[in-house]
Amino acid sequence: MELSVVDLSRLQFAMTALYHFLFVPLTIGLSILLATMETVYVMTGREIWKRMVKFWGTLFGINFVLGVATGLTMEFQFGMNWAYFSQYVGDVFGAPLAIEGLMAFFMEATFVGLFFFGWDRLSKRQHLAATWAVAFGTNFSALWILIANGWMQHPVGAIFNPDTMRMEVSSFFDVLFNPVAQAKFVHTVSAGYVTAAMFMIGISCWYMLKGRHLQIAKRSLAIASAFGFASALSVVVLGDESGYEANLNQQMKLATIEAMWETEPAPAAFNVIAWPDMEKRENIFAIEVPYVMGLIATRSLDTVIPGINDLVDRSKDRIRQGAIAWDALQKIRENPAEASEELRETFSQNANSLGYAYLLLPFTDNPMEATTEQVDAAAWSTVPNVLPMFYAFRIMVACGFFFILLTTVFFYYSSSGKLDTLREKRRWLLHVAVWSIPLPWIACEMGWFVAEYGRQPWIIESMLPTSAAVSNLSVTEVLLTLAGFVLLYTTLLVIEVSLMIKYIKIGPEDGEEAVAPPPSMQPVPSSATVPAE
Amino acid sequence: MILYELIDYSVLKMIWWLLLGILLIGFAVTDGFDMGVGALLPFVAETDIERRVVINTIGPTWEGNQVWFILGGGAIFAAWPPLYAISFSGFYLAMFIVLAAMILRPVAFKYRSKRPDPSWRTAWDWALFTGSFVPALVFGVAVGNVLLGVPFSLDSDLRMTYEGSFFGLFSPFSLLCGLLSVAMLVMHGSVWLVMRASGDIAARARRFGTLASALGIVLFAIGGYLVASGYVEGFRITSEVDPNMQANPLAKQAVTESGAWMINYAAHPILWLAPGLGFVGMLGTMLLLQTRLEMTIFLFSKSAVFGIISTVGVSMFPFILPSSVQPEASLTVWDASSTHRTLFNMLVVTLIFLPIILVYTAWVYKVLWGKVDEETIERDNHTAY
Repeated sequence: MELSVVDLSRLQFAMTALYHFLFVPLTIGLSILLATMETVYVMTGREIWKRMVKFWGTLFGINFVLGVATGLTMEFQFGMNWAYFSQYVGDVFGAPLAIEGLMAFFMEATFVGLFFFGWDRLSKRQHLAATWAVAFGTNFSALWILIANGWMQHPVGAIFNPDTMRMEVSSFFDVLFNPVAQAKFVHTVSAGYVTAAMFMIGISCWYMLKGRHLQIAKRSLAIASAFGFASALSVVVLGDESGYEANLNQQMKLATIEAMWETEPAPAAFNVIAWPDMEKRENIFAIEVPYVMGLIATRSLDTVIPGINDLVDRSKDRIRQGAIAWDALQKIRENPAEASEELRETFSQNANSLGYAYLLLPFTDNPMEATTEQVDAAAWSTVPNVLPMFYAFRIMVACGFFFILLTTVFFYYSSSGKLDTLREKRRWLLHVAVWSIPLPWIACEMGWFVAEYGRQPWIIESMLPTSAAVSNLSVTEVLLTLAGFVLLYTTLLVIEVSLMIKYIKIGPEDGEEAVAPPPSMQPVPSSATVPAE
Repeated sequence: MILYELIDYSVLKMIWWLLLGILLIGFAVTDGFDMGVGALLPFVAETDIERRVVINTIGPTWEGNQVWFILGGGAIFAAWPPLYAISFSGFYLAMFIVLAAMILRPVAFKYRSKRPDPSWRTAWDWALFTGSFVPALVFGVAVGNVLLGVPFSLDSDLRMTYEGSFFGLFSPFSLLCGLLSVAMLVMHGSVWLVMRASGDIAARARRFGTLASALGIVLFAIGGYLVASGYVEGFRITSEVDPNMQANPLAKQAVTESGAWMINYAAHPILWLAPGLGFVGMLGTMLLLQTRLEMTIFLFSKSAVFGIISTVGVSMFPFILPSSVQPEASLTVWDASSTHRTLFNMLVVTLIFLPIILVYTAWVYKVLWGKVDEETIERDNHTAY
């Protein structure tokens, strides 16, 4: 298969974003957990909580720098690889990125230095304030980047200006309070909280299995399972909110997630498992649960959800309409100063379908003269590949429900003070938690995939196709940088994971409580001593 | 709501030109000494403990400083989208090299002390060197290319074609600018080390700083001569320009012309202050480096950075990215900005947050201030890098 500059640029963006997103969710969640633990320390004055903050803080730091490092690329590659996108929407899209820097990055990056180096230079309360500043900073950065991303999914508050050839802000307020962005923000930060909670639960359970650092492990379990339980509920509920918003704005995304080819009478059935075939445009088989899909996506019994085939038909109309806008735009730009009011009127009436005309450009130079076959082909190009969408979504959701279950179990054991029972009689549960550590990362990456691959072929939903947004680069250039990023990022990831494992094995510093265990506790086995560095 | 009409569009464009200048200078002044220190690391410090001292003079604060760079990217995107699009895609491979190098830097800071193994630590020392030296060089080379004009053209859709090559970036003049950038940041980094370290490290830093500032003066003078003599051609707008125009770079006429980068100085002699400050800053640094007036030297060094960067800005005004192959497509302050509304909104946000940032950054520096030496590293062995 020959890869084009568009394919390679997409691959590179996906690769760099997915790598970046390996580190970010843990940073978002762990920063809040650190601040919570330190709050307990400041309120109770008990040293053990400080040691917990320092231990989890070490792991936080190892992860944090890679989020920072891979984040550098994210800030610049819109311009590097997506120059036309940057020019076309910079007036709208640049603002949240700049605000993210001003409001969030400065705060987290400046105070993270105090978090690590300020223990002896600050009072307890000052240090706590620094830790909270890091936590707020990371969470604010998620807010602003998701306002930017939400706008790509649902471009509100902007109109196309034929004189400057770009989208321009008409309502900053609408961009900020875009319902899609709000739903995505809460869903994504909750996913980060779950990631951090599962990470903390898994590692604490490993210490429980080894019989090491039991006091710290138990406290960590208590806090992580409560936090994780609330977050897991929230991630699923707010994911559902995202689905609801998608039904309003990105019906094709929803239809491909459900592999729903035909429009069904309301309320539609939910395909639990299916094998969608892109060639035949049908599911080879499917196991359905009646009504569920309609209820989730429309929250009503009688709203119809359109299937893929119907949506493609609608796209055909919009392509024809877009061609009219495209044609008017060409005429306006031949002589902008003297374009007639009538021409400008024709353009603005059809302007919101302009993006659809770009879909025809791979097939014909003049969208106005497109044949029926060309319109068909362009309309079918609005359907992302159904199979990966369908399964990525299901893997994510299955993980989500599993997180609710697991955090509930641990929340029960820790809140009823039965963690020792786990250690003595239900060791398999501890093993399950340890082996579940990678799952939140899988869920997060799947979620990214569903959201972004599901947006294709659009870089900005219904406004600008990805293929029209790319920079004027050569295949060789993009191949070189793609190879460079893969090599660099993979090396760094391997180093990161090995350092994580090293510091998890070293474990937290034990205080007096580990030397003199309360009578109810088993003596700590000798293997539990901290290995000398 | 038409709140944004409170400030004229042309005034906002001008304000954003100044703000972007402040951001770039903020980056060069703060992250600049980090880069200088990183580039000096293998040379001013020999033993592991010495290297840790050097790293820990910037260890707790480099992260915040680096945000100036990220914010620079975001602010250019928001205020001048075509500049963001054309420069980063045009300088594609050079940008990749800068990013790859800068990615190594945070990781090197954090991971170096995580293992005692000497080969591990040496490897990260060189990563820090690369992550500091390479961006310093490439930024200078990029500025050189901007002064020369960048070979890009725009079609009527404002889609850009870049006609240069990666190796084409390295002309004698742009390399001179690259070296000037390295010299300037090494000088600045040396001054930082004189302030924050002591003993042998500070003594070596004084030598490197003196050398770098002397070199900087020479390079800055040669560069200035090449521009003033017309060896480096400038650009000039030849059509009427309405500063309140909607942003479309193709709506004007422009030409390449010998000596065009000197026009602003002739019209406003006060602008000579910018290159003047560059020279005075470097000269002051060079002369005072052997004294104990650490804070004064730092002030001179900062002034040098401020002066040199402002010189580039005021020479080119109103151009921000001239095109050598299609001069009328050059980006200028008047025709490459975001909309009136966006510039206004972003100004409001900046006026709220920039002072807050400056206050807490100053506070953090104050908390973490003090000489770093071998004793402090040994005392904080667990937390220090």
